[in-house]
Amino acid sequence: MSDARTIESGAVAGPASVTSQNSQPDGAPLAARLRKRMARQGHEFALELEFKAAPGFTILFGASGAGKTTLLDCVAGLAKPDWGRIAIGERILFDSSQGADVAVAKRRVGYVFQDLALFPHLTVEQNAQYGLAHLAQAERRERSSAILQAFRIAHLARRRAREISGGESQRVALARTLVTDPAVLLLDEPLAALDAPTKAKIIDDLREWNRTHRIPILYVTHSREEVFALGERVIVLDAGRIVAEGTPHEVMNAPRQETVAQLAGFENIFDATVEAVHPERGTMICQLATTGHAGPVLLETPLVRAGVESALRVGIRAGDILLATSLPQGLSARNVIPGRIVSLEQRDVIVSARVNCGVEMEVHLTLAARDSLQLQPGREVWLVIKTHSCHLMRR
Amino acid sequence: MTIDWQAFWLTLQLAVTVSAILLLVGLPVAYWIAFSGWRWKFLVEAVVALPIVLPPTVLGFYVLVALGARSPLGRWWIALTGHTLAFTFSGLVIGSILYSLPFAVQPFAASFAGVDRKVMAASATLGASPLRTFFRVIVPLSIPGLITGTALSFAHTMGEFGVVLMVGGNIPGVTRTVSIDIYDRVQASDYAGANGTALVLLAFCFVVLVIVYSLNRKAWAVGPAK
Repeated sequence: MSDARTIESGAVAGPASVTSQNSQPDGAPLAARLRKRMARQGHEFALELEFKAAPGFTILFGASGAGKTTLLDCVAGLAKPDWGRIAIGERILFDSSQGADVAVAKRRVGYVFQDLALFPHLTVEQNAQYGLAHLAQAERRERSSAILQAFRIAHLARRRAREISGGESQRVALARTLVTDPAVLLLDEPLAALDAPTKAKIIDDLREWNRTHRIPILYVTHSREEVFALGERVIVLDAGRIVAEGTPHEVMNAPRQETVAQLAGFENIFDATVEAVHPERGTMICQLATTGHAGPVLLETPLVRAGVESALRVGIRAGDILLATSLPQGLSARNVIPGRIVSLEQRDVIVSARVNCGVEMEVHLTLAARDSLQLQPGREVWLVIKTHSCHLMRR
Repeated sequence: MTIDWQAFWLTLQLAVTVSAILLLVGLPVAYWIAFSGWRWKFLVEAVVALPIVLPPTVLGFYVLVALGARSPLGRWWIALTGHTLAFTFSGLVIGSILYSLPFAVQPFAASFAGVDRKVMAASATLGASPLRTFFRVIVPLSIPGLITGTALSFAHTMGEFGVVLMVGGNIPGVTRTVSIDIYDRVQASDYAGANGTALVLLAFCFVVLVIVYSLNRKAWAVGPAK
């Protein structure tokens, strides 16, 4: 196998090395079109999608069970699609119409698993050299020491993988995969278990590496912060299908379909019509469709491409709404709406208040806020909503 | 009280040979049992486990028939070597391998199956062939199971009686093992001699198992917590 691998890597990517300082030309994009039936907890659904990932980060975002890991497994060859085609540039990894299914070991697809899967019986250095068996010992050493240096774990080289900390393990797992010079990199929530500062440092190192190794990176996460920290492009998966794709800002801040809104956690979703458009201020005024006889509820929202009187949908997170017991003055927030508390319900450590202000809105508060404001059903309150907390969707 | 050291030495040779061969033969069999997705796999598992419940005389009888001059295997062996397999040390080795097979294969297979699949998948994505994954990842992470399986097959062969009696008979220096020797002495009412030999065998097997389990504990400590 080592021979085939050497020839292949020489032919496709050239003699790339982690020590090279100059940017390399962009690697080939990953293109996948596939269908795979899956059963999860009794109910069946199909992973059915088509996408192309250019060099750089592509985030796969979605709830657990959406099919993110199965998709990565299909690209790596650990799972077999029922139908489809997966290719890196011209190189076919899987093609059901030709019966092509390249062995995992020959795909040159780097994969960092969620639980890392380091070789516990080997040292950090041996882990890093594991994928370099096809090289001469001197080059193996040189490459692995360079990557360990780049990921700041050179001092751990002789330690066994089972003896190092979580953050260190994460770095070893990345280094072990990157040193093999893969044509595509798959990262399955590799940083999920880390604290924010450690995470940020590793992301920086990964970005730095990707600057000189321009290959497509598929990065699976269900963390919004990671989406914004990493994303050049986001693909949102839901129940095996792509429901949105674009830049993090487009996908996460202005979801265009309601499934995405639910994924992103909007507790409040209302039908609305555009009342006025203010392109010079970058805002619009939308009127919410009210249920009862109450007067119109107007919201200032960010500007989207929509004309006056067009029908939209507004999503507002319950945690983005402030609640005041007297009319607030001197606020930067543009939306101050009077209303009355309908109900208060404690869920774990948050309080969910339902407020009727012509429409019924859900607002999340802390227990302390409820107690210090002496909130009760029936109490008159004002809801404060920032313009950019209003997310617009197509109806 | 005299102890038949020749029988003792022969038994030791038999046990070492059998457990060494089982280590080699058992690895691929256990690998197949641990990882094959064949739907009729349980049939093979049942066949491998048969010697655990089968009376040694039954197993010994069929081995004797299979090794005899009337079976294809027996004829082939005679054509090759000029003499029959039955009542020889080689015949004894073959019978003992079959008899101790589950004691090697089952611990091997259990420890292979306990290796984290993700670690094996990681090996593959790093370009390793299944063979390299086996020797660099699966075997090192299964050392405790390999030690257990080899020790059990060794100890099981040391104390084997029925199969030896059926296949090997009682030829001093060739097929007369310790347990046969003990049986002989009891038949001859030499209880003191039987006791001496039995005690040596008891002590020996105990020491072997004590060493193995103490090693194994260490091996567990550095092995996967599975």
